[in-house]
Amino acid sequence: MRSDTSERFSLAGGGYVMCPAIQASACVRRPPPFERSRRAHRFPSAHAQWRLSGPVRAGGRDMAVAAAGGGSGGWFPALAFGVSLLKCLLIPTYHSTDFEVHRNWLAITHNLPVSQWYYEATSEWTLDYPPFFAWFECALSHVAKYFDPEMLVIQNLYYASYATVLFQRLSVILTDTLFIYAVRECCRCVNGKRIGKDLLEKPMFVLAVLLLWNFGLLIVDHIHFQYNGFLFGLMLLSVARLFQERHLEGAALFAVLLHFKHIYIYVAPAYGVYLLRSYCFTGNKADGSLKWSSFSFLRITLLGLIVCLVSALSLGPFIVLGQLPQLISRLFPFKRGLCHAYWAPNFWALYNAVDKALAVIGLKYKFLDPEKMQKAAMTGGLVQEFQHTVLPSVTPFATLICTVVSILPSVFCLWFKPQGPRGFLQCLILCALSSFMFGWHVHEKAILLAILPLSLLSVQRAKYASLYLILTTTGHFSLFPLLFTAPELPIKILLMLLFTVYSFSSLRTLFRKNGPLLNWLEILYLTALVPLEIFCEIVFPLSPWKLKLPFIPLLLSSVYCALGITYAWLKLYVSVLTESATVRQKAE
Amino acid sequence: MDKWSLMTIAVLLGLTVRWTISLGSYSGAGKPPMYGDYEAQRHWQEVTYNIPIKQWYFNTSDNNLQYWGLDYPPLTAYHSLLCAYVANLINPDWIALHTSRGYESQPHKLFMRATVFIADLLVYIPAVIMYCCYLKETSTKKKVSTALCVLLYPGLILIDHGHFQYNSVSLGFALWGVLFLSNNWDLLGSVAFCLAINYKQMELYHSLPFFCYLLGKCFKRGLTGKGLVLLIKIAVTVVAAFAMCWLPFCTEAEQILQVLRRLFPIDRGLFEDKVANVWCSLSVLIKIKNILSPQTQLKLSFAFTFLSLLPACIKLTLQPSLRGFKFALVSCALSFFLFSFQVHEKSVLLVSLPVCLIINEIPFMATWFLLVSTFSMLPLLLKDGLLLAYTGTTLAFLTVCTASFSIFEKTSAEDLQLKSFSLSIWGYIPWLKPFPKFVKNLFLISITLMGVLSLMSAMLNPPQRLPDLFPISVSVVSCLHFLFFLMYFNIVVLWDSRNSRNQKKTN
Repeated sequence: MRSDTSERFSLAGGGYVMCPAIQASACVRRPPPFERSRRAHRFPSAHAQWRLSGPVRAGGRDMAVAAAGGGSGGWFPALAFGVSLLKCLLIPTYHSTDFEVHRNWLAITHNLPVSQWYYEATSEWTLDYPPFFAWFECALSHVAKYFDPEMLVIQNLYYASYATVLFQRLSVILTDTLFIYAVRECCRCVNGKRIGKDLLEKPMFVLAVLLLWNFGLLIVDHIHFQYNGFLFGLMLLSVARLFQERHLEGAALFAVLLHFKHIYIYVAPAYGVYLLRSYCFTGNKADGSLKWSSFSFLRITLLGLIVCLVSALSLGPFIVLGQLPQLISRLFPFKRGLCHAYWAPNFWALYNAVDKALAVIGLKYKFLDPEKMQKAAMTGGLVQEFQHTVLPSVTPFATLICTVVSILPSVFCLWFKPQGPRGFLQCLILCALSSFMFGWHVHEKAILLAILPLSLLSVQRAKYASLYLILTTTGHFSLFPLLFTAPELPIKILLMLLFTVYSFSSLRTLFRKNGPLLNWLEILYLTALVPLEIFCEIVFPLSPWKLKLPFIPLLLSSVYCALGITYAWLKLYVSVLTESATVRQKAE
Repeated sequence: MDKWSLMTIAVLLGLTVRWTISLGSYSGAGKPPMYGDYEAQRHWQEVTYNIPIKQWYFNTSDNNLQYWGLDYPPLTAYHSLLCAYVANLINPDWIALHTSRGYESQPHKLFMRATVFIADLLVYIPAVIMYCCYLKETSTKKKVSTALCVLLYPGLILIDHGHFQYNSVSLGFALWGVLFLSNNWDLLGSVAFCLAINYKQMELYHSLPFFCYLLGKCFKRGLTGKGLVLLIKIAVTVVAAFAMCWLPFCTEAEQILQVLRRLFPIDRGLFEDKVANVWCSLSVLIKIKNILSPQTQLKLSFAFTFLSLLPACIKLTLQPSLRGFKFALVSCALSFFLFSFQVHEKSVLLVSLPVCLIINEIPFMATWFLLVSTFSMLPLLLKDGLLLAYTGTTLAFLTVCTASFSIFEKTSAEDLQLKSFSLSIWGYIPWLKPFPKFVKNLFLISITLMGVLSLMSAMLNPPQRLPDLFPISVSVVSCLHFLFFLMYFNIVVLWDSRNSRNQKKTN
């Protein structure tokens, strides 16, 4: 009953056959006839598929809908509603300073004219998100005043009445509706061919759970407090639109997203190159290489128009006011250090650790002069610059170069060997991961930027599933230090176990035929996270080192997680690069 | 996905919800001088740790029984003592004699919550898992969804992890009893049930079905041969179990009498606060408490209780079956709750537990009952500041039940186990034919009513002349529901003929 993988999932269609995406797009909207004929030049094989599957497709869709709606009485709404209720139950939990950050922004945008938004500095948490987010806060503030007008007073620093907490938490929960909608659209891109099978073993269902119940998103948004839910909703929605061949819509959504939170600029190369290569160029040569004559000026004009329009809407007022430099200095604060207070598990964490180790060894064997060494407390404390003692210090420019260099291969791959939306998604994940690895002042939360899109791929092929398991487990584990209060300890452990048990067992069931997903080394690595957690949370606080070396648990977990994430990043890179090589060989 | 991953996920979900609830407020938080059940439990730790065991139940200068005196059976006291030892390791101030009265702090709350969580994890949850795994003739998926629904039952979670009590221990022991009996380990079952009674005397609500089931089983084997041996074995086990639990108090008759006096405080009155039972609801019309003398009240309540549970018990003794046993547990506990003396609103949990056990047989009715039972505790939960938790868990429970049992498609007479009853009665009342639709509408009306009342209780201030308007309407509405359920469960028990089951088997 289990067919071959490439047949099983539409997204997974290899080579240039884009039947999956077409199929998905057809559910939603049929392209106009001229588009259809043009596509025929581009993908001869897809054309046949397109025509052949016309009526079949409609039937398939009905069946998929029936499977989604029927069965156990609408599983998707139940899943979404269930997780929303869980979010409601998390309202009384601990919230970080990000709560105050957003309260402050509510107050700023509510009370001040637009011209002062990016100048106001009563609180240390100044507005440092792009204008759309400021407008979003402004809109929220008009509801907030009915809950508790006191929260809208700029001078009320760290104000957190019950009504304020309730309002802020509910605003996150309600704006997550966009995320839920986006997940639904993504689930539609994964076709449910295996109808009649157990619901729990449908890729659609697994994907919905992996996204909706994502551990990282739950704790970052609903305990730690941030608005990532609807932002990731925008991103997933734009990805889904690209899968559905609604390129302009996808581009517009992404442009809007960029003006909500600029961290998504890390994945912008994937969007740019994909849209240029697969949308603006409407055809390929027979061997799959670029056909320059097929360049469509209409399409690039449309794209440019959309991007400019969105940017004008967002930045326009500030350009008119002549505040662009101020805005940019707020958005990109390079004064912060290379690493966040808690090192995100990336390349620089390893770099710092090696530096520290060398320093310790050097001191012990008298290679180094203790006079010259600075006694820098590393992790812990406020955001600060970390001085390297042995290895050369890293400048923002150096990290920029590293990031660009690490992104380049994936982008080249997307340009020279386009594989449809799936290739785009791979490139997007690689961009996110590479920038996470080498970026300046990366937060541990940024790993979600890679984890969430990878969920889409993980339900389609065994190799992505195994990558996903390594990346999510380590990535999520590295989020643990975000919640350091005692009452939240059981919650984070329980939720993490819940998500990990589910992802392992569901993906294993999904790829039962493909043998074990992880090799022994990977299993060993992941299992060792358990003793590490026990050591960091229980043993260490009771031991005498707690006072002497308070940074040890954070250092250990970030270095250990950095190993896993680097491994996953390399593995994904290798798999993407080698895979496209085999595809080319086939084409030849 | 294999059974154990699914089961793990169900348990983890249940645990997560439990812990999120426990982050909220508890009974009597910051309300001197008496505080609430949280302080009662802490005070018991203080008393049991500092006072010699002979004085636990006596009023002495160190043990003021007027201030949350120990009024639960010995096992609860031992449990308090155990917790007190742990508390003493962490912070002796928590249980210092006299000075710790009304102690409240964030670490202490965390500790107390953890004790409930661990007790739940050790006693109740394994019992639920085992029970669901041993369900016969059900698919893996059904077993797991039953477990999930039982674990997410809001009433127990809210009372134990929100309000603060250790009901999951006594209920867990009772569940172990049911589990052992259904595997024919009668002696172990009796021991488990004795532990339950010795943890909380309220478990007596369940005692009659246990008694009748075991007695019926002995009768079935013949009272002269094997049956007698079994009866003697069970009797000896029960006496031994009780003796073990009461050992420190068995030295003097006065000790035992004093404990019993503490356990059954007859002078406390017919009912307390606003309970959803018959007496409290009737008192809206007639002030029974003022008209009748306490002695008459006691006799009256006893007579009603006895009469209402008699049919189910007789039926069970004559035809002992596992299925009948579970239904009899429900109807007897419900009779006790509705008619007996000195009932607390939390006692409805004793009815809910057996209802949870039959949720896979009659999902529609069970879900309905469990929702009503949670709703009936609303005034208490509002007092404790658990509105958000109440709303969240109730909706989650409804969602889970709807999604995993599709309850709305199971409203036919057969699904409600009323086949034989309806066959015997439809000849007389033909207008009951469109039964499923009728029941479904009834359910929707009831849900809406409960929702509206919950909203009103939470949002509106009651009119000045009727300060108790909302709590009383909540208890009257729930009481009417419970009377309806009592009728329903009795019908199911009494019309449960062997023929219909045999037919099913042959089919």
